[in-house]
Amino acid sequence: MDSIIAVDNLTKTYASGFQALKGVSLQIRRGEIFALLGPNGAGKTTLISIVCGLVNPTGGQVLVDGFDNRRDYRQARQRIGLVPQELTNNMFDSVWATVRLSRGLFGKPRNDALLEQILRELSLWDKRNERIMDLSGGMKRRVLIAKALAHEPEVLFLDEPTAGVDVALRRDMWNMVRRLQQRGVTIILTTHYIEEAEEMADRIGVIRQGELILTEDKHSLMQQLGTRQLTLQLQQPLPAIPAALAEYPLTLEEQGYALVYTFDAKAEQSGIAELLRSVDQLGIEVRDLRSSQSSLEDIFVGLVHSREQPQQASTLGGAA
Amino acid sequence: MSLQGVKAIYLAEMARMLRTRLQSIASPVISTSLYFIVFGAAIGTRMTEVDGVSYGAFIIPGLIMLMLLNESISNASFGIYMPRFTGTIYEILSAPVSPFEIVVGYVGAAATKSVLLGLLVLLTARIFVDYEIQHPVWMLGFLLLTAITFSLFGFIIGVWADGFEKLQIIPLMIVTPLAFLGGSFYSITMLPPFWQTVTLFNPVVYLISGFRWSFYGAADVHIGVSVGMTLVFLTLCLLVISWIFRTGYRIKP
Repeated sequence: MDSIIAVDNLTKTYASGFQALKGVSLQIRRGEIFALLGPNGAGKTTLISIVCGLVNPTGGQVLVDGFDNRRDYRQARQRIGLVPQELTNNMFDSVWATVRLSRGLFGKPRNDALLEQILRELSLWDKRNERIMDLSGGMKRRVLIAKALAHEPEVLFLDEPTAGVDVALRRDMWNMVRRLQQRGVTIILTTHYIEEAEEMADRIGVIRQGELILTEDKHSLMQQLGTRQLTLQLQQPLPAIPAALAEYPLTLEEQGYALVYTFDAKAEQSGIAELLRSVDQLGIEVRDLRSSQSSLEDIFVGLVHSREQPQQASTLGGAA
Repeated sequence: MSLQGVKAIYLAEMARMLRTRLQSIASPVISTSLYFIVFGAAIGTRMTEVDGVSYGAFIIPGLIMLMLLNESISNASFGIYMPRFTGTIYEILSAPVSPFEIVVGYVGAAATKSVLLGLLVLLTARIFVDYEIQHPVWMLGFLLLTAITFSLFGFIIGVWADGFEKLQIIPLMIVTPLAFLGGSFYSITMLPPFWQTVTLFNPVVYLISGFRWSFYGAADVHIGVSVGMTLVFLTLCLLVISWIFRTGYRIKP
């Protein structure tokens, strides 16, 4: 596997004693979009901050394109662009000045044509002479992206890129991420919006309480952990689920107008055929049917929740 | 060495100073000029000569040093404190620049501005009083050395401070008193013997004395001691800064 970032057994304990990372190992493949999911405080930002050089790790190693990010920090950092979570801008600078500063900081020679192209793609070109403090929140977010792209990074970290961003900008951003991927840029985004990961990512990692509890190809993850649902829209409402159908995991919804059958997506036998036969025998008239796959959100909530439960139980036990 | 990186930091800092020129250039020049008018032109004419020069001319080196110390510290401390405060320091830390290059960029810009201000005040003083400069090369050397040393000191304060109050407190509570009591307005030989000895523990005395020597050839302490003390303080600042980057103190958790 050609990995552009190799994180090996990374640990971080802050001075306060808080253990933010507990031995995280992770390989990011060249050219992929990787989504790091996790609840707030799970360690997503700490992980990114260590890879980018903002935080010193307590233990472990990070290789960026084969370069150790502490020993060969110049080579490692040149390859990385970071869009931080907070809107941290030099408020008094113009857009143009701040983007030029970014390029210079990363040791790249002046290239106004490239910067113009980046600003145009982010719809910032018209604003290039405005002070950042005069821009809207969404525009400030774009400025941060432009800064991160100014030195032509091979890896782009987007830390919660769409937090507090309107729908249009979110769509724009997703398109931009896809364009970057087409150009060969590897993208790692953290998010707690599942739909974002579902929409964008090739692979997904789930981090919880400083541990990477899972990394998986998105499709296989959704297949493995996902459930499917078959919804039967009925002609006449049912007062209750008929006794003859008791053996199926069914629920009645929409005031009795919908019969919802939930089944395992990866099971050999879905049981749909038998169910439909039984429904037909009972003389229930079906107006329409549709099937759907559970979203990543359901999977995620299930995953995080199921691992949380034992601990909650013990906490409760302790309190009692 | 990433010259591009140093240049980027340096130019951004210089741009910041130009943007705030009223506060960062006009204000120190005006306030120093007021000292010249009050102590030099108004009161100075009624005072006797000190060390063979008129009082108005005598206070020039001290006043420039006073301004130089304050400006160097406030520029450098503000320069590094603001990115920490606003969070924009993430970009500096994630960039392929070494700690040394970061310091050269920030401290270089702060020192440049202080030296320029020093020269500007020197020119302005000419309007109010006559003075001579016996050792112009030494004068420039002292100006530069002091500006760099105290910009380094300012950088340390900017890293240490975790609020605007702390940013101001050292210049206000320590540096200004030391500069006033360090012979800006008088020769320390005017003091009673006991206070002369006490004064020798004030590092600013050596700066002012050396600087004044480059103007008028007379000094409270030997020029070699002045240079030596400044270099000691410079080395101390460099050691503290290298410790800051080695441990990540308040910059990198």
